[in-house]
Amino acid sequence: MGVNEMGWRLSAVAAATAMAATLFAPAAKAWEPTRTIEFIVPAGTGGGADQMARVIQGIVAKHGLMKQTMVVINKAGGAGGEGFLDIKGAKGNPHKLVITLSNLFTTPMATGIPFSWKDMTPVSMMALDEFVLWVNAESPYKTAKDYTDAIKAAEPGKFKMGGTGSKQEDQIITVAIDRVTGKKMTYVPYKGGGEVAVQLVGKHIDSTVNNPIEAVAQWRAGALRPLCVFDSKPLPVTDKIAGDKAWADIPTCKSAGLDIEYLMLRGIFMPAGVPKEATAYYVDLMKKVRDTPEWKQLMHDGAFNQTTMSGDEYAKWVENEEKRHRDLMKEAGFLASN
Amino acid sequence: MEGIADLLHGFGVVLSWTNFVYMLIGIMLGVIIGVLPGLGGANGIAILLPLTFSMPPTSAIILLSCIYWGALFGGAITSILFNIPGEPWSVATTFDGHPMAQKGQAGEALTAAFTSSFVGALFAVIVITLAAPLVAKFALQFGPAEKFSVFFLAFCSFVGMGKEPPSKTVAAMMLGFALAAVGTDTVTGGLRLTFGSTELLSGFDFLVAVIGLFGIGEILLTMEEGLSFKGKATGINPTVVWQTWKMLPRYWMTSLRSCVIGCWMGITPAGATPASFMSYGIAKRSSKDGEKFGTGEIEGVVAPETAAHAAGTSALLPMLALGVPGSPTAAVLLGGLLIWGLQPGPLLFVEQKDFVWGLIASMYLGNIVGLVIVLTMVPVFAAILRVPFAIVAPIILVICAIGAYTVHNNTFDVIMMLVFGVAGYFLKKCNYPLAPMVLAIVLGDKAEEAFRQSLLLSGGKVTVFWSSPLVSAIMALGLIALFWGGISKGLNRVFARRRAAPL
Repeated sequence: MGVNEMGWRLSAVAAATAMAATLFAPAAKAWEPTRTIEFIVPAGTGGGADQMARVIQGIVAKHGLMKQTMVVINKAGGAGGEGFLDIKGAKGNPHKLVITLSNLFTTPMATGIPFSWKDMTPVSMMALDEFVLWVNAESPYKTAKDYTDAIKAAEPGKFKMGGTGSKQEDQIITVAIDRVTGKKMTYVPYKGGGEVAVQLVGKHIDSTVNNPIEAVAQWRAGALRPLCVFDSKPLPVTDKIAGDKAWADIPTCKSAGLDIEYLMLRGIFMPAGVPKEATAYYVDLMKKVRDTPEWKQLMHDGAFNQTTMSGDEYAKWVENEEKRHRDLMKEAGFLASN
Repeated sequence: MEGIADLLHGFGVVLSWTNFVYMLIGIMLGVIIGVLPGLGGANGIAILLPLTFSMPPTSAIILLSCIYWGALFGGAITSILFNIPGEPWSVATTFDGHPMAQKGQAGEALTAAFTSSFVGALFAVIVITLAAPLVAKFALQFGPAEKFSVFFLAFCSFVGMGKEPPSKTVAAMMLGFALAAVGTDTVTGGLRLTFGSTELLSGFDFLVAVIGLFGIGEILLTMEEGLSFKGKATGINPTVVWQTWKMLPRYWMTSLRSCVIGCWMGITPAGATPASFMSYGIAKRSSKDGEKFGTGEIEGVVAPETAAHAAGTSALLPMLALGVPGSPTAAVLLGGLLIWGLQPGPLLFVEQKDFVWGLIASMYLGNIVGLVIVLTMVPVFAAILRVPFAIVAPIILVICAIGAYTVHNNTFDVIMMLVFGVAGYFLKKCNYPLAPMVLAIVLGDKAEEAFRQSLLLSGGKVTVFWSSPLVSAIMALGLIALFWGGISKGLNRVFARRRAAPL
C-alpha cells in the first residue's frame, strides 16, 4: 500500500484500525499499555461526561480489564478546550484517552479555540445521550403542545429555559424551539445539569432540556414532569419509574409538533498519530466495558440511546455530526466572529 | 422522632469492626491530605474513589467521608504553625492562629481549632438528622438572586475587617475579581483575558493562588527576617488540651453563631471558605475583644474553624437530598454514589435507609474518632516548630510545588504559584491584605455568574435583588455589614452625647 494511497484514505484511518483489529487479532496482542492511562474529561466533576468516565474507570478496575491503571483527569477550562488541546498536543501518545460531549463540535465553533475531531483518532462511540423537555410538576402544562401554545401566546422572553453552559447543546435546542414557536425564550446558563434540575424544582426557571440521568431523581420524587423527548422514536426503557410512568411513555417532541431531534455523542477519542494496534486495543477494551452488568445498569438508569460504533462508521458519523453542528450553530448565530 | 430511630438503626449498620477500621484509615489519610496544600479533600477522594468500587457502598462512603472529615481537621495544622493554609477554608484560621503560635501558644491554638471543628460538625450533623427534609426545601428557595445576595453578604462582612485601611482591602478584593474573571465567561461562553494563551483558558485556580500567596510569600518573608521562625519554640506540654478546654466555654456565643453561619452557607450552597471568612468577620465585629483580633485571640480561631466545619458537613445534605453537590468534594462523592448504583435525590432517604443513616451515623462517629486522633497528636504537631527553619523551608517549598501541580496536573500552575508567591510578598510588604483577594478569587466568578443569571431572569432589572423577603433581608444584612464601621461610630456618638447631656 503506497504512501499516497494512505494519504488519500486519511478519513478512513479508523477503518484501517478496525480491519487491523480483526485481521491481525493475534498480532494486536503485541500492543498493550505500558504505563498509566490518562483519561481526560473536557468538563467539570459531576457532569454526565465525568460520570461516564468514572464508571468506565471503575469497571476497568473492578473487572481487571487492563494491567495498567486508569486515572480520570478533568480539564474543563475554556468550555472543554483545555482538555481537547491537551489531546491535540499529545500526538503519538497511546496512553491518553478523552471522552467527548457536544463541546467537541461547539467549543471550537463558538470560541475559536483551535482544535477539531480531525486532530484526534476516533476510538468508539459508547452511547448517545437523550434530551427531554421538562417542566415543574406543579405547572399547568401536561403536554409539549400545552407548553408551546403558552409560549406562543406570551410576550417574547417571558418563558425562561435553564441549561448547562452557553452556546452548547442545551442552548442549541432552545434556539431550535424558539424557531418553531416564533417566540424567543430567555436562556439562562448554569454550570451543571443537576443544578439546572434543582432550579426548575425551585421554580426559578420554567423549563429545561436536561438529559434523563440529570433529572430522573426529581421526576421520581414527583417534582418534575417530562413533556417530550428530542429523538425520532420514544425511549426503549419500559420499567415504571415515576408512578405508572416509564421512560418509554414520554412522547417524541416531533409527535407534539416540535420537530426537533438532538442526541449527544458520548464517545472516546485518542491522540492522532498513535499505532493502529493501540487503537484496536482500546476499541476492544471499550467493547469489554460495554459487556459488563455495571455498564448495562448505567445505560438503563440513564435511558441512553445505546447506539455504538467504531472504526470507519464512527469517523463518518462524527464528520456528519460536525457538519450538522456547524449548520445549527450558524443558524443560531453562535459562530465565533473571526 | 422517626429521625432518631433511623439514626439508631444507622449506628447499627456502621458499628462493625471493618467499618471502624475504614473510619480510622480514612481519618488518618484525610489529615495527611488536609496538611498538604493543594491536595485537597476533593482530589484525595477522587484518587481513592476507584479503590472503593469493590467495597459495599456503606463501607465505601464511610471511608471516603472520613477522609473528608480528616481533611477538614488537617487544614488547620499548617495554617497555625506556618501561616500556610492547607485548604482555602483555613485561610481565616491563619489570622489569629499563627500569631498564637508565634506567642508560643501553638498547642492552645491547635486544640481550639480541632475542638471548634468538632463542635461545628456536630451541630451540622444534628441539623441534618432532625431537619433534613425541611432544610432541603429551604435550599430550593435559592435561585440566582438569592445566591448573589449571599455572596454579597460575604464580601460586605469582609470590608473594613482587617487592620488595613478599607481602601486597601477593596483594592486587594478588586485585584482578586480581575483574576477571577480570567478564562471562560460562563454566561456568553466566550473567552476573557486569555490573550491567546492556552494555559489561561481555565483561569487562575484559587488553590494555586492560596498556595503561592500564603505559602511561598510566607517563606520569602521569613527568609528576609533571618532564616528563623519568629515563634517561640514551646516545650511539649501534654496537658495543653485540658487547659484550653477550660477556656473554650467562654466563647459559646461565638460558637453558636458560627455554627449557624456555617450550616447556612453549606446548604445554600456557598461553601466552607466564605463561611469561615464571614464568621471571622462577624465575630470580630461583635466581640468585646474585637480590637485585639489578628494578634492571637483564641476567639479568632474558634469562629472560622467552627463555621468551616459546619459548612463542610452540611454541604453533604443538598447532595444527598437534591443531587446538587455543595462543595467540590461533595461533587466527587456524588460521582461515587452513582457508581455504587445509588441515585441521589429526594428518594434516597426513603429507598436507601441503610446507606443514608449509615452515612449520617458515620458522621457522628467519624468526627468523634477524628477529634480523639488529632487531639492526641497536638503536642507532636506543636513540636514541629522546634525543627530548624533551614530544614523545614525546603520541605514546605517542595510540598507547595507538588500541591500546585496536583490541582490540574499542570506544570504551568507551579510557575503561577511562584508568581503568586512573589506577588504575595510585595503585597504584604505594602500592607495590602491578602485574604480579601483570596476571597474574591474563590467567589468572584460564582458571584458574577449569579449576578448575571439574576439579571437575565429579571430582564435586566436590578430590583430583582429586592424582589422577595428572603433576598431583600440578606441584601439588607450585607449593606449593614458594609457600613457597620460608620453605623457603630454614629451610634457611639449619639450615646456619648446622651450620656454627656445631663452633665
